[in-house]
Order: sequence, then structure tokens, then C-alpha cells
Amino acid sequence: MSWRLPAGRTLVLALPFAWLGLFFLFPFLIVARIALSEAALGIPPYAPLLRRDEQGTLAIVLNLGAFALLVEDSFYLDAYLRSLRVASLSALLCLLAGYPMAYAIARAPERRRNLLLLLVVLPFWTSFLLRVMAWIGLLADNGVVNNILLGLGLVTEPLRLLYTETALYLGIVYCYLPFMVLPLYANLVKLDPALLEAASDLGARPWRAFLAVTLPLSLPGILAGFMLVFIPAVGEFVIPELLGGPDAQLIGRVLWTEFFQNRDWPMASALAVVLLLLLVLPIAWFQHLQGRAGGGR
Amino acid sequence: MSGRLGRLWIALGVGYAFLYIPIALLVVLSFNDSRLVTLWTGFSLRWYAALWHNDALVTAAWLSVRIAAVAATGATALGTAAGFALARFGAFRGRSLFGAMVAAPLVMPEVITGLSLLLLFVALAEAVGWPGERGVTTVTIAHITFATAYVAVVVQSRLSDFDRSLEEAALDLGARPWRVFLLITLPLIAPALAAGWLLAFTLSLDDLVIASFTSGPGASTLPMVVFSALKLGLTPELFALATVIIVVVSFGLALALRLGRVASARVGG
Amino acid sequence: MQTANVAPPGAPEPWRDPEAEPYVRIIGVTKRYGATVAVDDVSLDIYRGELFCLLGGSGSGKTTLLRMLAGFERPDQGRILIDGQDVAAVPPYARPVNMMFQSYALFPHMTVAQNVAFGLRMEGLPRAEIAARVGAMLDLVRLTGLERRRPHELSGGQRQRVALARSLVKRPKLLLLDEPLGALDKSLREQTQFELVNIQERTGITFIMVTHDQEEAMTMATRLAVMHHGYLAQVGTPAEVYEYPQTRLVAEFLGTANVFEGIVTKAGATGALVESTEFDAVFESDTDPPKPVGARVFVAVRPEKMRVRKAAEGERAGTNRLVGAVRDIAYYGDFFMFVVDLPDGRSVRVSQPNLARVTELPITWGDRVAVDWPPLATVVLPE
Repeated sequence: MSWRLPAGRTLVLALPFAWLGLFFLFPFLIVARIALSEAALGIPPYAPLLRRDEQGTLAIVLNLGAFALLVEDSFYLDAYLRSLRVASLSALLCLLAGYPMAYAIARAPERRRNLLLLLVVLPFWTSFLLRVMAWIGLLADNGVVNNILLGLGLVTEPLRLLYTETALYLGIVYCYLPFMVLPLYANLVKLDPALLEAASDLGARPWRAFLAVTLPLSLPGILAGFMLVFIPAVGEFVIPELLGGPDAQLIGRVLWTEFFQNRDWPMASALAVVLLLLLVLPIAWFQHLQGRAGGGR
Repeated sequence: MSGRLGRLWIALGVGYAFLYIPIALLVVLSFNDSRLVTLWTGFSLRWYAALWHNDALVTAAWLSVRIAAVAATGATALGTAAGFALARFGAFRGRSLFGAMVAAPLVMPEVITGLSLLLLFVALAEAVGWPGERGVTTVTIAHITFATAYVAVVVQSRLSDFDRSLEEAALDLGARPWRVFLLITLPLIAPALAAGWLLAFTLSLDDLVIASFTSGPGASTLPMVVFSALKLGLTPELFALATVIIVVVSFGLALALRLGRVASARVGG
Repeated sequence: MQTANVAPPGAPEPWRDPEAEPYVRIIGVTKRYGATVAVDDVSLDIYRGELFCLLGGSGSGKTTLLRMLAGFERPDQGRILIDGQDVAAVPPYARPVNMMFQSYALFPHMTVAQNVAFGLRMEGLPRAEIAARVGAMLDLVRLTGLERRRPHELSGGQRQRVALARSLVKRPKLLLLDEPLGALDKSLREQTQFELVNIQERTGITFIMVTHDQEEAMTMATRLAVMHHGYLAQVGTPAEVYEYPQTRLVAEFLGTANVFEGIVTKAGATGALVESTEFDAVFESDTDPPKPVGARVFVAVRPEKMRVRKAAEGERAGTNRLVGAVRDIAYYGDFFMFVVDLPDGRSVRVSQPNLARVTELPITWGDRVAVDWPPLATVVLPE
């Protein structure tokens, strides 16, 4: 639309550009700056980066203390590694649970697909916190599962289910499953069934046809789903806090504690900076996919 | 083949059971008479009455609904503009930066978004004296920021299937560009805008982490109040609250779907 | 094949009149997309009341040229004049031109009547006048009674007529049609061809139509232009372009043609003798513009102008006569197409009308046959 007034275009672009620049991009710079300052008692609880020393000259005071602590104290390193492990294993579990679901929906009769897909997305629209609460109700020592097991006489004393790794993974998979199923479905539904027919016509048994045709073609969907689960799961706070035990110290939870309980803003910022650096590659890659999907047509 | 398909259907059924058993549990236990939430003693509506009289929860719920409505509206406006720019403006300078800013909030861990926004508000207050105190305004701004990304993606994908020849036809028939937008483009992408608004509304209503960072004293949203209650243990009122939310959301979605179906029937989609 | 274009005696042929004022002038228009030249220095005059066809394959630039006339694309070079007005700076919504889109581009959220009325509403006409003109137009395209339907409730043919009505109702100076019959199935297409020509004659509006279907162009056009790689390969009436192709490309694009290479050995005032450089044969032509002796030329002969018969014992190729063996016989219903292998490895296609009900032809696979034709059928291509 080359005839459209450039002025109108500029406005349409400038508003979201300015908003996101101010409220999304710019804050990262502030985080980076505060990560480099000293913790201090006061409001806000950090020392200014620019200050005048006794002689009145302006000095930039860079404090790498937070980062040094991050490297020295294995507590933080462990939290990062634990987060990466939990997030990737959760994404894998989501894939294992989500792939058959997405495949079944994509193969369902066309008029049923929307309903089946809606059923996957529906829980996502209800409160996240309250769904996590349901798992507390299920897994607690006096929760529904233990009540049933005790009632049936299968166990004599309650099983410890809540505040375990199992509870953590159940919670993450439960909350993030729709993010896996949606991109997988979007990919699988475009797969021409004639390809599988051709493979089977050429002598491939169903499993071979799946491995040789469906799986490679659905790789973009798998990767997109994996990223959509993995990236937010790395920084997840609520699920480890409510379902995981005291040792489920994932990085999101550690950051929260540093910020809200220890009021160590520079430390929280340093944690955020490192987490962001860890995620920059996957996020950039996700954005690249997003751009291709949007600009492809 | 049928055996394999059968196994697929079983997998799907198990998946749905996994997704819905916890939700069903919330609903059933909300009618439990016992104070010990998970031990069934009899049917009762008492916790709904208790919920109604729980001022902290009711106040927080109204606050959250107000924030969500404003945030969803703001995010729909900004997200539509962003989606338009990405879908229609071709290669402009700064497009990749812009695309990154639009897509990144979708996957950004909430703790980072929340922390960075809070630090921005603190720095702004120091530098220009605004915002004087954190609360409803700052939470709303934070919610607009991350929900804009979702709306932009919805709008962009709708526009990318949009048949451009419809707009060209309208131009050809004598409609000036702004009338083309009002008479052709807007009515045809309206379902996507409505979906984007609903999505933004729900995201805002549901957000705990970003709100916790950006809110201030006296402005506790519903998830913040629920979270602190949960830290103390399960209470039957929370189950009643969950059920109310599930019912409201189901009705809302059913209504939206019905409207969407009417809209798509009207356009033959 | 040619019905509509066979001009009744005395029909106006303004393009033959040097005094006639062209209605649409395309002067030296070029359009590039990056490194590719979509339209390459095209100049074309179109006269009032014509049904002009731009014919070409995909990527020939025909649609780009049409979109420049509509105003959706701007020429990089050259000028476009419509009824004397230079339209370069005129946006699409202000041009006295309307377009019928290949996809029809019917507004899905509006009824048939609202779709047709859209252009008139944009002009700000009074309600009563809009209603009257929409009614008359729907009557013209036989859609009365369907006013309140929405596009998705219509058949393909009905949608096509709504699109036509919508673009005609504004009484444009020029109607552009982008593959107007492309989305219809074959049986409907032929009927619609006649309807379109009929409506064009009744309204008197100048039509410029883009198509890739040569049969459609031949039957409907007053004149046509064959486009290839962005340039105009040839412009003329369908009969001119078919009977007197200027280039090998046009000869092979329109219909089927056997094209041979040769050297001019004798040149008359009209016509020539051309000796084949491929095999031992001579082509005689008697209507073509003269060519210098010794020039290398292409010669084209159309299959339907040749005759095939069993060769006599010892018969050899000669002037306008080739001899070979039948490799294939294709039965088309209304005619047969023979593919005859010549001794040197080339082959020639000859068609023969199916005049009687025959299940067994006198000629069969492997037969030695002679193919011959009159000098009038030989076209010595000018280029």
C-alpha cells in the first residue's frame, strides 16, 4: 500500500514501539545497571552507580559483588542447573504426553477437531493458581489420593506425595501441556495424509512410516512446543513454591526470595541478568520461528 | 491401523482425564460441608456464602477485574497496531528489534518481566517523580506490556491469512484508505480482536508474579490474595472461588464461541 | 474456434483507422521488482468499446500491467493515459476504472446487494438512486432474488456475476478483468464467455481482460496481445495473430504449430521458397512479406491445414510435402491428431477432422504416410 500516508503508518508503528521500548526493553538496562551496584539499606535498597567521591569528582562505581557471589556460592549455580534440568525434563514429559494427543486430534474428523482442541486449551483459561491448588488437594498428606489409598487399605500411613520432585513435574506438565499440544497440532494437521498412504503403499509398516515421514516433518512443531514449555518453565516460580519441597530451589524461586525476603535487589538483578543470558539463545530462536511463521505468507 | 488409532484415542482420553480430574475435584470439593477440604462429609453451599462474605477476596476480585478490563483494552489497542505493523509494513527500519520486542514477552520468565518493570518504576519515580506510589496503575501498565504481545500475535496471524484483494477491491470501488479500514478490514478482523481482548483479560486476571513485583501496598490483586492464603493452607472458600471462576469462564467462552460462530457464519468462514 | 471476433461487415475497427483517438494509451511502461523486470517497455493503444485480451503464461507480466491500470502498482517508467488523462498520480479509489478480481474479492460480511452497492455508496449517491442502479445491474447479470444472500451462500457462477455487477455498476470508463473465468468449471466457462461478450456489447464499456487461456482470448477478444517475459510479443485481432504469427513463440503459444528451420532460396513479391536445413524438403509460401535470399528463417505450418494420406510407393519429400511413418494417433473426438516421424528424427503433427463415424481409420500405426499442404498454409515467420 505504497499510497498510504507515511504519517499514519508512523503513528501505528510508533505507539507500540515506544510502549514496548519503554516498558519492556529499557527496564532490562536498569536491571543490568542495578546488578552492578552495591546492596544498601534504604529505599531503594541499592547504592547509586554514579556518585561523587570525597573530592567531588564523579565516579562510576561498578560493583561485581553480586556476580562474584553468584559464581562462588554453589547454591546459585545449583539452582540454575536444577532449573535447566527440571525445565528440559518437563518439556520432554510434555512432549511425550502431548504428541499422541496432538496427533489424535489432527487425525480426528474435521468437524470434531476444534472441540477437541478447545478441550485442551480450556483449562488454560481458568485460574492458574487455583489449578495448582487442586494438585495440593490431590497430593497432600490428607489429600484425596491418600484418602482413597487409606480407604482402600492399600497403604497404612499416608504417602509423601506433595513437596516432592514428582509433584513438581506433575504440576509443570499439567500447567504447560497446552503449550506443547497447540504447536504440535498446528504442525500435524497440515501433514498430508497421502504422504503416510504413500509410505505404506511403498511397504512401510505404520511405525516405520511414522518414524520416516511424520516425525521428521513434525520436527518444527516439536521444537516450537519444546521451547514454549522450556523457556517459561526455567523461570517458573509458583509451581516449585507451592508443590515442590524446600529443596526445589529453582532459579525463579531463588530470585523471588532474594528480592522479597532478603531485599537484596542487586543480587536479584544479577540472577535475572544471568537467567536472561541463559535464555537469550532459545528466545532469539523462538522469535526467529515466530517471525518466519508471521512473515511467511 | 485401527489398533493404532485405538491406542491414540486412549492416549487422548488419558490426556483429557489428566487435564480435567483436578478441575472436577475443585468443583466437587467446593460443595463439601467439611472444613477439612479433602475429606467429604456432606453436601453444602456454606463455603459459597463464606466466600461472599470474605471481604479481602471480594475486594481483590473486583480490583483484578477492573485492572484486567483496562489492561485488556490497552493491550488490544497496542497489540493491534503492533500486529498490523508486523503483518503489513514489510521491511521497515528496526523491524527485527520491533519483532523481538513483540515476541519476547510471550516466553520471558515472569520473574524477569516483573523485576525489570518494578526497577523501571522505581527508577522513574526517582528521576521524574512518577509513579509516586505503586499500585493499580503500575500493575495495569505491566499487564498491558506483556498482554500486548499475545494480542499482536493473534492479530498478526489473522492478518496474514487476510485476502488483500478485498481491500484492493474496496479501494478500486472508490473507498479511501481509512474507509477501507473501517468498512472492510476492521469488521473482518473483529473476531481476532475479540479473541485477543479475552486472552489479555484472562492473562491479567491470572497473573501473580508480575503483579506481586509491580504492585504496592493497598493494591492486592486476586491472585496475590489467593497466593498468601494458599501459603497458609487450603481453605474451602478457595475451592468455592475456583468453581465460581470456572463457571464464569465457561459461560464467557461459550458466549464468545457462539458470537464467533455467528461472525464466521456471516463471513462464511 | 472463432465466433465472436469474426467481424460482421462494416463493424468498426478503429485500430485500422490512423485518425482514431486511442482511449487507453500505455506508453513505454516498465515495472521492476528488484532485479526482475515484470513489465518491459510496453506500449499499447486500446480503443473505446474494445474487449482487449492480455494473453500470456504465468509470470508474463499481464497481471502486473492490469494492476498498473487499476492503480495498485506504479510504473517505474512510462505513462498511462485513460481517456486523455494521465493517471500516474491518481490513486485507485479516484480512477475511473474498476476491476473484477480473479478471486472475485467479494466482501464476505456483506450481502449481494451491499456488495454491489458499495461503490455507489462510496460516491455518496442518494439511497434511491443506489437502489435503482443496483436493481438494474442485478437484473442485467440475472441475480434478481438473491439480493440478501451472502457470498458464501452462492454458487461459483453466481459469485462471478456478483463480482461483475459490482465492478460494472459504477459505469467505469474501463473495466479490468483478471482471469474472470478462471475459477469456473469448463462447462460453465463457455456459456459465461458469451454472456460476458454480450454484456460488454450492451454496456459499451471498454474491457481489458487478462487470461492464460488462449481459447478464451480467441473467442472473446476484439484484439489480443500475447505477452511473454514482460514484453508484448504480438498485438492484433485473434485471426491476425493466429494466421500471421510474427514469431516462433507466438506461433507455438497460440494453437499448435509445426516449426521448421530453413534458408530462403527464392523470394517473390509475396511469398518465398525456403529450403529446409533439417531435411530434404522445400517450403513454399505465397502470402508472406518478402525476405532476402539466403536469410535463415523459421517456417510454421498448423496441423489442421495439412493433409495426411498413405504414401505412394517410393514417394519422397518435396515441395510442401513430407514423408514419414505414423508413430501416434490421438483421438480427440472432433478430430484425430497424427504424429508422424520423419526420417531424420524430427516429427510433425497433422490433424484430420472426424467427419464420419469411423472406428477404423485407413491409416494406422507404422504406416508410411505423406503429409502435404497448400502454399497458403505456409507461414514464413518474419523474425
